[in-house]
Amino acid sequence: MHRTGELYGQFQTLEQQKASATLGMWIFLATEILFFGGLFLTYTINRQAYPDVFADASKTLSLPLGTINTLVLIASSLTMAMAVWSAEVGKKKLIPLFLVLTLILGSIFLFIKGIEYHDKYVEHHIPGLPFQFEPGSSVATNAHAELFFSLYFGMTGLHAMHMVVGVGLLIWLLRQSLKGRFTPDYNTPIENVGLYWHFVDIVWIYLYPLLYLIDRHK
Amino acid sequence: MSEHAEHVVSPKIYLLIFAALMVLTVTTAWAATVDLNAYFMGLNIIVALVIATCKASLVVLFFMHAYYSAKRTKLIIICGVFWLAIMLFLTMGDYATRSWEVH
Amino acid sequence: MATTTTAPAYTMPRDHYLNSSYGIRSWLLTTDHKRIAWLYLAGVTFFFTLGGIFAAMIRIHLLVPNGLLVSPETYNKLFTMHGVAMIFFFLIPSIPAVLGNFLIPLMIGAKDVAFPKLNLLSWYVYITGGCFVLYAFATGGLDTGWTFYTPLSSVYSNSAVAPAVIGIFINGFSSILTGINFAVTIHTMRAPGMTWFRLPLFIWAHYATSIIFILGTPVIAITLLLVALERVFHLGFFNPALGGDPILFQHLFWFYSHPAVYIMILPAMGVISEIIPTFARKPIFGYTFIAASSISIAVIGFFVWAHHMFLTGESTYAALAFSLLSYLVAIPSAVKVFNWTATLYKGSISYDTPMLYALGFIGLFLIGGLTGLFLACLGLDINIHDTYFVIAHFHYIMVGGAIMGYLGGLHFWWPKITGKLYPEFLARVAAITLFVGFNLTFGPQFLLGLMGMPRRYHNYPPEFQVLNVLSTAGASILAIGYLLPMVYFTWSVRYGKVAGPNPWPATGLEWSTDSPPPAENFDVTPVVDWEPYDYKNRADLGLGTSVAPLAPAHGDD
Repeated sequence: MHRTGELYGQFQTLEQQKASATLGMWIFLATEILFFGGLFLTYTINRQAYPDVFADASKTLSLPLGTINTLVLIASSLTMAMAVWSAEVGKKKLIPLFLVLTLILGSIFLFIKGIEYHDKYVEHHIPGLPFQFEPGSSVATNAHAELFFSLYFGMTGLHAMHMVVGVGLLIWLLRQSLKGRFTPDYNTPIENVGLYWHFVDIVWIYLYPLLYLIDRHK
Repeated sequence: MSEHAEHVVSPKIYLLIFAALMVLTVTTAWAATVDLNAYFMGLNIIVALVIATCKASLVVLFFMHAYYSAKRTKLIIICGVFWLAIMLFLTMGDYATRSWEVH
Repeated sequence: MATTTTAPAYTMPRDHYLNSSYGIRSWLLTTDHKRIAWLYLAGVTFFFTLGGIFAAMIRIHLLVPNGLLVSPETYNKLFTMHGVAMIFFFLIPSIPAVLGNFLIPLMIGAKDVAFPKLNLLSWYVYITGGCFVLYAFATGGLDTGWTFYTPLSSVYSNSAVAPAVIGIFINGFSSILTGINFAVTIHTMRAPGMTWFRLPLFIWAHYATSIIFILGTPVIAITLLLVALERVFHLGFFNPALGGDPILFQHLFWFYSHPAVYIMILPAMGVISEIIPTFARKPIFGYTFIAASSISIAVIGFFVWAHHMFLTGESTYAALAFSLLSYLVAIPSAVKVFNWTATLYKGSISYDTPMLYALGFIGLFLIGGLTGLFLACLGLDINIHDTYFVIAHFHYIMVGGAIMGYLGGLHFWWPKITGKLYPEFLARVAAITLFVGFNLTFGPQFLLGLMGMPRRYHNYPPEFQVLNVLSTAGASILAIGYLLPMVYFTWSVRYGKVAGPNPWPATGLEWSTDSPPPAENFDVTPVVDWEPYDYKNRADLGLGTSVAPLAPAHGDD
């Protein structure tokens, strides 16, 4: 088993290894653009078909909680970037600090998400379980609202799963950083986990207006 | 081919970008409460997406160091976005032209 | 053919990747790309055999107009399972995961791929996906067609759709990881001096294929996940009764599944680009154009998907646009055919088995590709959509093209992979049997389609019987063409003549190392200072304008 920081057998130089790892992560993120993209397309077509019901359904989401979550996640991107910076300039003690901050902010995001999901459960807005939109809605409205919430849970759920993976990666990084593994010469894992974390942030940057900000002026 | 060589992005830039992102987030939340559709149909969603794209661009360029990265990295990002655009626009093109008359 | 210089008798190298370690764990936990290629060979051969059995049952059933073998419901399952097994678990992985995995590091002068452990994980993901699908086959089968159109697949089908789409979803990640691995490997692991334009065209083909793996597969993954969720939780994305849209499913599905066909054909084209120069003893004509056409096919291939939807309700204007784009995508393929043919012109051609497959490929791919243009023509497609014309078209490409490319590649590189030669005479007999059987199976199907026989029907009007019987007869001959290599390849591993490093001989870095290669591929990292396909200037290989070329070595000389 190779320890972090060693040259793996298939590579000739550490530089080649680093270039490969980073290139691999960027290409992986490109696949994620298309993966989430399928959901964004489904959302677009469905919203164009049922704009009014989507607006009504969107209003039942908590704007304050959604906005706080957006700010929390962006802050976690800041702390993640700072963790990478700390490794790049050799401030080894700061690395675990920023990683922990990122972890905390990510966990706050997931906790708030949990609260929102619970609210939806209480309001019978979870598709699959007995779903009921506003009492007295027509069958069509109910079905179309269920489409909105299927997308809501599908997109934020997939996003949350990616966050959980991110949290796992952060914990791994934390352990490595506490062992002092990351130096200005070698910090590829932090950089690449950072790329992943920022990408997950970007997905949320689009999810927020599309799910929470439909026709809030009405 | 090394990525952003020895360039280390300073925390000042990160804080600046973070501040911009905060401002943009508050702006988009506020803009959603204004009836922009009264001026131009669809303006609300356009503004929301433009702001989101600005935010995403800031994150990609500075937090993800794309601004300082090799051309290859920039190409990968552009390709990912471009391919998503192909899927979205050609599909929406189908739906948009369903009502057009055939001569 | 020029003078025959008998090759010296070779012995197997003492240490190579097959005997570098022993035991089942050394295979199931290997990170050696060459062993992983064997793992994939086992997997794809299994699914090919399974798909072949379903095909045999279909052809037997269609011997008589009312169907000979199975009930209509079972017939639906047969063609579905045939498609799923063949497309997702045989054709898509075959050349990339078997030949690509084995050869890419060797061809670029690297010790392994960029991410060897990820490579092994890809195989396990493939097997896991395969298990889900086999479970679906065994517990109720699948009757939706490999295209899983909704709402049949997401709501009304009583077959095991959920485990099947989950299996294909999982398998998609195998493709994605392989695509990432290959792309990074080709970018960062090339030996000193191996510039982009010295790369073999096989590498260019796999690079283009990786682009499609990376950008297309995630979309089918999310789409099938949505189908599974819709089926299990009764969501409504694609179900009109709940406000959903079946055409949306088709857009999402074909956005991947059309480029997927280029995943299936580009690697085969890469193989052909290696075989033709070798057995024509000539540099390939138009290297840059062939490399560029691979990338063009990968890119343009993403702009044509809705030609599968001309008759399902898309707008006329969309249909026009996609029809035009479909004609455009044929151009780079044609460029390749012209270049291969120009390579043959005034070449010193020998008809060894790989060359027979390559020549067969050119002719059959031509027919398959041109009939694709028939289908891309809107007016004509109204009449031949969902008929046997479509089936014949894509089998000419998938079988006449991709599988012939796969078999040609297996024969061409078998000596490198195993260190042994297969028996040449038997191999030529098999190739010709396959060619004859193939054309007899699928040629009549063009006529059936034009006459109006619909696809996916368990029965047909009596006037179509003669052609159906011919097709089934062809299929039995085709089966022999497939079985023979399975037999003699297996035989050759034990009893075949030792091949030596370069039996053909061919240029290309993989031929400069032992057969079979050592575990680390090269004893010394090669430094490349020659152009590819330099068949006129390699006196060291017996290839030069002043030297009579060596004849290819044969396993039964």
